[in-house]
Formats: sequence, C-alpha cells, structure tokens
Amino acid sequence: MGTTTNSSSPMVKAEQVHKNFGPVQVLRGIDLEVSPGEVCCVVGPSGSGKSTLLRCVNHLEKINAGRLWVDGELVGYRQRGDKLYEMREREVAAQRRDIGMVFQRFNLFPHMTATENVMEAPVQVKGVRRADARKRAEQLLERVGLADRMASYPSQLSGGQQQRVAIARALAMDPKLMLFDEPTSALDPELVGEVLDVMRALAEDGMTMIVVTHEMGFAREVGDTLVFMDDGMVVEAGDPREVLANPRQERTRAFLSKVL
Amino acid sequence: MSDSHDSLSKKPADEPGSGGGDVRERVPPEAIRAVPVRHWGRWIGVAVVFALLAALFQAFRGADINWDVVGEFLTYDTIIEGAGKTLWITLLSMLLGVVLGVILAIMRLSGNPVLSGVAWGYIWFFRGTPVLVQLFLWYNLSFVFETVNFGFYKDEMNDFMTPFLAALLGLGLNEAAYMAEIARAGIQSVDRGQTEAAHALGMNNGKTMRRIVLPQAMRVIIPPTGNEFINMLKTSSLVYAIQYTELFRAGNTISTRNLAVMEMLIVVTVWYLILTTVFSIGQYYLERYFARGNERVRPPTPLQRARARLTGPRRQRAGRGPAGGV
Repeated sequence: MGTTTNSSSPMVKAEQVHKNFGPVQVLRGIDLEVSPGEVCCVVGPSGSGKSTLLRCVNHLEKINAGRLWVDGELVGYRQRGDKLYEMREREVAAQRRDIGMVFQRFNLFPHMTATENVMEAPVQVKGVRRADARKRAEQLLERVGLADRMASYPSQLSGGQQQRVAIARALAMDPKLMLFDEPTSALDPELVGEVLDVMRALAEDGMTMIVVTHEMGFAREVGDTLVFMDDGMVVEAGDPREVLANPRQERTRAFLSKVL
Repeated sequence: MSDSHDSLSKKPADEPGSGGGDVRERVPPEAIRAVPVRHWGRWIGVAVVFALLAALFQAFRGADINWDVVGEFLTYDTIIEGAGKTLWITLLSMLLGVVLGVILAIMRLSGNPVLSGVAWGYIWFFRGTPVLVQLFLWYNLSFVFETVNFGFYKDEMNDFMTPFLAALLGLGLNEAAYMAEIARAGIQSVDRGQTEAAHALGMNNGKTMRRIVLPQAMRVIIPPTGNEFINMLKTSSLVYAIQYTELFRAGNTISTRNLAVMEMLIVVTVWYLILTTVFSIGQYYLERYFARGNERVRPPTPLQRARARLTGPRRQRAGRGPAGGV
C-alpha cells in the first residue's frame, strides 16, 4: 500500500483516512485527491469531520489509519519498508512550513501588530532578515487591502480585517497549499465578502486550496471541486455547479435544501 | 463647534405626533441637567475617620516614643545599608525564583514524564516546608558537608555558605516553587488556538512557547508576581535569623545598643513601606506594558493624566453644558 504516490503528483492525497477521538469515529475512510492549483471546497453538516480532515492534512491531528500525502510526502510519518516511523517535532514543523492554515477564530497573535504577526514566522522559522520580512509583510498586507492598518493590534481590527491579516500571515511562508477552516463563519455577514474576495484573488493566482465552508456561492463560483461530507465520510464529490444543482445522493440533497 | 448647531437651529417645531418633519432638521434635545444624588453618608464617614485619626494621634503623642530618635535613625548609614541589602536580596531571590519557576512550569506541563515528575517533586518539597527551616538548612550545611567541591571550585563549606548565599538559596529556591504554580496558571490561560496557529506556521515547541505563549501568559503572571515580590520584600526579614544584615537585622542591632526598641521598629516599618510603595508603582507600569494589544486604547498613566490636567484644556464636567464639550 502507498507505493505509487508520485506518478500523477496530486498536491494532497488521502487514502482511507480514519480518525477517532477515543471511541468516537470522526473520519471513517476518507479518499480524496487535490491537484496543484485546484480549489477544493468541503461542505457538510457540523460534526461531519470537515475540520478534522483539514487539521489532519497539516498534522495538527494524528490519523489513526490510512495514508495521507502532501506533495508526495507522507504527513507526519516516514516509511521505511513496511514500517512507519513517527516524525520528530522538528520534521513535522518543517512539513507544516509549506502548508498555510487559516482558522475560523483567526488566532492572530494578540500581542503583536498586524505587520509583526505576518513577519513572525518568516523571521523565526526561515531566518529571514527583519527588514526583508517587514517589507514582505507590508506588501502582503497591501495585497489583502490593509495598507492602512499595518500598525494595528488585532483587538483594534474588525473580524474581517483580522481574517485578512491571518491570510497574509499564512502567505508569508510561501505555502504550496492553503487550508481554510470555515474562514468566514465567525464573521458578521457584512464582513464575509471582503474575506471571500481575498480568497478568490488567491485562487485566481493559482494557489492550491482546501476550503471548509458554508458559503455555497463561493464554492459554486470559485471551487473546482466540491466535496460533501457527512458522518465522517465523503458522500459525494464533483464539479460544484453540478453537485449543487443536481445532487445525486439523498443526504446531499437534504443538506443543501437546508442551507441554500 | 457650535456653528453646525446654528445652521440647523430651528425651533423644535413639531410637537410629538404632529406629523414628524424631516429628521435631520430636528434640534437635539437639551442635555440633562439634574441634581446629582447627595451622598450624606460619605460625609459622616469622613468625620468618623478624622475623629479616629485624631484619637490615634493623641494617643501616640502621649506615648513614650522618642520621635527625635526615629528621625535621626531614619537616614542612618546602617539602616540605609540594611534597606539596600533587603532590596538586593529580594531582587536576586525573585530573579532566581522567576527564572527557575518558569522553567519548572514548562517542565511540569511538558509531555515528558521525567521532566514533569521532577518538577512535581521539587514543588512538593519546597512548598511543603517552612522557608525559615529551609534557610537554616542551607546555612547549616557545613555540619554535614565540610567542603564543597564542584570540580572546578573547591572550598570549605563554612567559607562558601555565607549568610548571603544561604539567604539567596533559601528564599529563591522556595520562591521558585510558588512561581512555578503561578507561571503554570499563566501558560494554561493562553488559548490553545495560539499554539496551533504557531505550529501551523512551522514554529517548533520552544519558539512557540517563547515567542507566542509566554508573552501572553505574562499578562496573567505579572499581577501575582508583583504580589510575590512585595511578599518577598517582607519575608526577607526572616534572614536576620541567619546573620544576614538586612533592614530588620540592622534595626535590631542598633536597638540592642541604644535600647530604643520601638523607635527602631518604627524606622524599619517606614522603610518597608517605602520599598513596597515604590514596587507597587513599578508593578503598575509593568502590567500596563504586558497588556498591550488587549485594549483598543491604552489608558493614560497616572503621570500622563496629571500632566494633562495641569496643561490640557479644562474639561467640562459631564452633565453640564452641551454634551461633547472640549
């Protein structure tokens, strides 16, 4: 198992991924493939395991069974022969460097300004010179439309602005994959648009993205694939316009009738 | 400021319900002018307090205290030197306590069972025995070890374990046990999402702790640490028992000569109050620094407030004149 991973070189590949918290089965055999440049939107009712799947991709959660690759590399483990070896903390950290993550609750560092938030990882992890990191951070903040809020602390920013800083912070590490965990769910309705706009621009630039979301409009317009999850399994996957318009599965239909 | 009012000033024409005219043309209602609640009880309280203070003053005036001696010894060399040593041993012991305490807290919270076990054992011992006993244990170490030998350093224990070193070890190591618990509470108060965000950016555990978690934990750690500091200023008087000549011992030594016991105790009390007051002020500024990013606008310091009151424009008291004066 898990030998021919690199042939078509998907950015993310999951094979029969299982995850349980104690006796609770959260993921029950997920198969998934995301190609480079693809925007994959994951939808489903709460508790269906969407966020957990996302957290497994950058090893914030350890999977219990199956295999998970990012860019051809096994996540969190090294394989020699038939045996799996747990990675050391340093190796896991190195793997995460290339995977950006945006959280539902932003998780900005409250004791740092917007610019410092964005500079932190390049300086601390990659050893970029402070002056260079600052210049880059300012460019990124400009790109997400926050040129005038660089010196603000997170508590002085609206939710939408905070989430855009969080996106800039993730981009500062030049990730090859971006994970979005319900990035607009904690926002006031009128602030959702500004965050989605930034994400749309990112998708147009060719970033590979996995987006857990409830924004069906975004999934339809920006997504290349839509994955509907329920009860720890992928129920249906395909072209978003197709799935949203003509869901094949009863469970998908039931869910969509509630959210659309 | 008021011209905008003028341009709009039109009699509050419409009576309520008479067909409400254009909202923008309405003059805002007059600011409320009410007679504030009178707090008669406070005045009575003030009177009672003054009466009691007068009685206390009267009593002490009749007491057999030689205030001249108090005044004279307040700035006596030995006393000042003692106060300096109190400050010095407090600073060093707290430094030892804070550094070791944070390390112990991190050990205690680590997934490594050896480290957390060692931290648990340390805290169990040093928190479980009186600090005075610990001071004597250090001071009397020469009874059981005649010499010290670190390999690179050898000496007679009696010369090595000076009152100063015994005081530093006794106070500092004891304090570390308490600081460990304070630091642990602070570290645990930081949202889990902060660690996850740092990890997701590729930061390792050490950097996450140092750059992300600890600075935020400080906000929770500093206030009780300030408390510990002030406690330590006072607890350090215990080291008089192991011959370290800090403030209390200095006062004591003098009073055995001049027999002005109460006078010297008053001198010492005044000095302790001075030290604790200065530290309370320092604590305020330290807390303010580590609260950065937690309020939208930082409140002015008392100094800034005083300066603003002296130089700034006079503020109109709330409730008088049009709202939003200045």
